[in-house]
Amino acid sequence: MSYSEKIKEVIGGSEVALFMKGTPAFVMCGNSDRALQALRRAGAPVTAVDVLPDPAIRQELSAISGWPTIPQVFVKGELVGGADIVEELEANGELEQTLRAKLGEDYAASRDETTVALT
Amino acid sequence: MSTQPLRELLEQAFPDATELDVVDRTGGGDHFQVIVTSPSLSGLSLVEQHRRVYEALSAPLADGTIHELRIKTKGAA
Repeated sequence: MSYSEKIKEVIGGSEVALFMKGTPAFVMCGNSDRALQALRRAGAPVTAVDVLPDPAIRQELSAISGWPTIPQVFVKGELVGGADIVEELEANGELEQTLRAKLGEDYAASRDETTVALT
Repeated sequence: MSTQPLRELLEQAFPDATELDVVDRTGGGDHFQVIVTSPSLSGLSLVEQHRRVYEALSAPLADGTIHELRIKTKGAA
């Protein structure tokens, strides 16, 4: 399976997908950490994908999303934004509203954090 | 890179901006914070607002001049 197919599978199949530099256990970039922390504060069930193992992952992701930078956050297949947007939405309460609307009232119950390797 | 070329690109893209600022966050010329408030962003989602900024800065983003970019956008009445 190509990266593009795997990326689309993660975006479409995850409640919240976070494409980041590093993993939640070992974050390699300040902005990826900002997005991760905001999602954690909101109680989001995060599926994280590390883009660093192969530069092609990032290129193919940006081609799919039309978003040039990392991190990228998707909720139910829809691009929410990068670190700045996710932080802003978390701060004004809209992130939780979106999660509740798209994932259901008890979305935070699982608090799952999954890491997916594409390579 | 100094902030001036980035400011000029943003001024071209948002000629009606009521607030437009570019800050070199680290002094190293590659980590920038940009702030744009413009009527042309009104009614757009944050994703679409940030896309407009990325489009305006696509050249320095593509050639690696901008290593990190923080964006703060607002629509203006």
